[in-house]
Amino acid sequence: MPAVDGVAYGLLLAIAAAGLTVAFGAGGVLNLAHGTLIAVGGYVAAATSSGTWPSLAAAVALAAIAGAAGGGVLAAATAALRGRGHLDQALLTFGVALIGADLLTAAYGPDILRPRLPEVLEATVRVAGHRYPVDRLAVLGVAVAVVAAGYVVLHRTRAGWLIRATVDDRAMIAGIGVNPRLVDAAVLVAAGALAGLAGALTTPILGVGPHTADTALLLSLIIVVCGGLGSVPGALAAALAVGIVQTVGVTSFPAVAPYLLIAAMAVVLLARRTSLPTGASA
Amino acid sequence: MVGVVALSPDPYLHATAARMLPLAVLAVSVAAVTGHAGLPTLGQVAPYAAGAYTTARLTLAGSDLALLHLLAAAGAGALTAGVIGAVLVRYRATVFLMLSLAAAELTAITAGQWRTVSGGTDGLAGIPAPRLLPGLPPLLADRTVLLYAAAVAIAATAAAMALLGGDRRTLLAALRGNEARAAASGHRVTTYLWVVHAGAGAVAGVGGALLIHTHRWITPADVGFTTAALALLAVVIGGALSLPGAAAGAGAVLTVRDVVAASLPGHAPLLLGALYVAAVYLLPGGLTALLTRLSLRLHPRSAHGTGHPAPADEAGRSTVRSTL
Amino acid sequence: MKTAHRIDPAGVPSQRLPSDIDRAHGNGLVATRLRHAYGRLTVLDLDVFTVAPGDRHAVIGPNGAGKSTLLDLLAGTTRVQAGAITYNGQVITRRGAAWRARTGIGRTFQHPTVYPDLTVLDCVRMGGWHHRHHSDRTPGEVLDLVGLADHAGQVAVTLSHGHRRMLDLAVALAGQPRVLLLDEPAAGLTDTETSRLLDILGGLPGWMAVVLVEHHMDVVAALADWITVLHHGGRHTDGPADTVRADPAVAALYLGTGGDDAAHR
Repeated sequence: MPAVDGVAYGLLLAIAAAGLTVAFGAGGVLNLAHGTLIAVGGYVAAATSSGTWPSLAAAVALAAIAGAAGGGVLAAATAALRGRGHLDQALLTFGVALIGADLLTAAYGPDILRPRLPEVLEATVRVAGHRYPVDRLAVLGVAVAVVAAGYVVLHRTRAGWLIRATVDDRAMIAGIGVNPRLVDAAVLVAAGALAGLAGALTTPILGVGPHTADTALLLSLIIVVCGGLGSVPGALAAALAVGIVQTVGVTSFPAVAPYLLIAAMAVVLLARRTSLPTGASA
Repeated sequence: MVGVVALSPDPYLHATAARMLPLAVLAVSVAAVTGHAGLPTLGQVAPYAAGAYTTARLTLAGSDLALLHLLAAAGAGALTAGVIGAVLVRYRATVFLMLSLAAAELTAITAGQWRTVSGGTDGLAGIPAPRLLPGLPPLLADRTVLLYAAAVAIAATAAAMALLGGDRRTLLAALRGNEARAAASGHRVTTYLWVVHAGAGAVAGVGGALLIHTHRWITPADVGFTTAALALLAVVIGGALSLPGAAAGAGAVLTVRDVVAASLPGHAPLLLGALYVAAVYLLPGGLTALLTRLSLRLHPRSAHGTGHPAPADEAGRSTVRSTL
Repeated sequence: MKTAHRIDPAGVPSQRLPSDIDRAHGNGLVATRLRHAYGRLTVLDLDVFTVAPGDRHAVIGPNGAGKSTLLDLLAGTTRVQAGAITYNGQVITRRGAAWRARTGIGRTFQHPTVYPDLTVLDCVRMGGWHHRHHSDRTPGEVLDLVGLADHAGQVAVTLSHGHRRMLDLAVALAGQPRVLLLDEPAAGLTDTETSRLLDILGGLPGWMAVVLVEHHMDVVAALADWITVLHHGGRHTDGPADTVRADPAVAALYLGTGGDDAAHR
């Protein structure tokens, strides 16, 4: 059943990468601390969930709140550098990522942590003749729900419309009396919440450890690049592909799995006819 | 600096200084790409790793001539950076930074997985010392190693400065300033940037050779992400358009790290991150630009000329803007 | 190869004389069936556009008519989506801006930022880089020509808008173009600067082909011998300058769209 795992993982990556791609597309902020926010969500969830349903709910909620708080800090920190262009902002988030990784390891230790789940979720069920862990099915279900909710928010609400419009045309947003910087900040906070949520949902499957932030950032960046910067549907498609390649590839050919993704990204980069937006329009 | 250290009698100091020089050369390479080509990069660890492993493998295969190592490492570095650059130089600014980060990750993964070359995560130890000429004794004494490494580092920096000086420097400043205008004047922008990227790869390769010559062991962590982050930080601090500034920045970063690491063991990333945040907030354009700003403050008259601003003012301002 | 992209002069709806079109096929720039769209919005759909040595060809039209897109496609700044471009009989459709510039197609920009960090003299030197060993004029002489000799040591970003336009023109001229594409060269200039511009452009050598995208009708009147009027990306009118300027349909075009009062100056 690695294909189902792949879809589940892909949806989680999509939740993680959607915020990153929108933050880049709308405000030009390349958030290199995004992986750290995912790891924060994972650690918070792993530390909070103690095997009861209320603690599980609290774990997911706290992870999202922690991610949102982190996003808020980044929004404030990068807003201070607005006049200096996107590179300084990216370097700042890079510094924050290094600090965050160190602090997380200091706080939670170098081991890989997994949350304790309610017993029902720790069991396995038979689905179409395969034994399958219940927690993965639950994660798959939640991920589908979050992606669907995200779609509705993005396409059916005013907030979603504002975000999409900012990606398309910042000047137009200012023209209708909305401060695009406010949208940038809101996007970073929402992206942080989604990253925290993704982290919390990933921990039952993969656990969370010192390498979580790096891996999550790299995969998110590959997804954002392959999906076309700023495009949420593109990110979703790319995330599903990456999820499947990662799951199937790692179990079938572990040595070449990392290269599969990088090679795929190189092909996409070379095949793209026009350059991506430079992100340097300071 | 190197001279002062070489004169001191302390061999520990010699070894410490010599071991900073590979990163200094890597920082020069990163500065060439980041400052002159205007492409902020974390990916120059790839040619650095290529140079280091080429040197290590040559030495372990019994070839111990330093000059041969340097040439082979430069070639391997240029080749690696050329291949990576073929994909990357079509992109700019933060997108380039993002892609170079993938290149750095790929380097670390490859170094860890390609056991026949890298020895896996344990790395390669006990690499024999190189010789300057056949028949001469190997470079083992700390002071000799330091002088040799310093000579190579200075030569590589000087060569890079010469190649990026004069009209070529102006031309690259033009490309950074307005790519469309440059193309409309017949300049093959992407090709020029690719050449700088590959050439800087040769410099990084030399840095990799020095890594083996000064340390005589290597693990994948030596060419990992932290090294990439250190080199870019050195450039942010040193000022991206100044190659010696970047080399000095590398020395400063490593010194601070080593001093602080003694009192805060195991928190090198924390310090590195804090230095990043501090450098971004406090040093736009790096130390070079800071010096220019300070000199402007000392001579304010030149900053407020009538109608014809003094060149010093503009040079300062443009450094600030074009650095990062 | 040549004949494959050759258009039967009689079949060209343009009123260009067949002899002009023949000259353009031999030594000039010919664009056929250029179509360009951003998403679903077609901004240019032009059957044919030619410019031959010595031509002073103005392209006018309301905002959004596709004038700048046409110039970008001819210069190679924008990649051609559909259609073909030949120069001196050679197909250059897939060639980039740098290649075209080296073969003699030069241009100026609507927003003349030039090279912000370089001195005025260095800007011109970088513009003439490919001719530095065998140039018609030294960079200093080019600066003299556009009246910027006194500003040679000044950094470009500190120049006034008018001076930047002149510098952009100087950079283009330093590249020794045979075809010069000018994107609104008079936009934002004072009257004095405009008359200076007219002097410079009027003094360009007779063998040079000039394409002029412009809103100022007095500039067009002073320079152009042929005018193409674009409207919604297509050709509205095409003909000798005097005929087109006298055409009431052209005046109505500007008035009707409420487009650009500059056109009536």
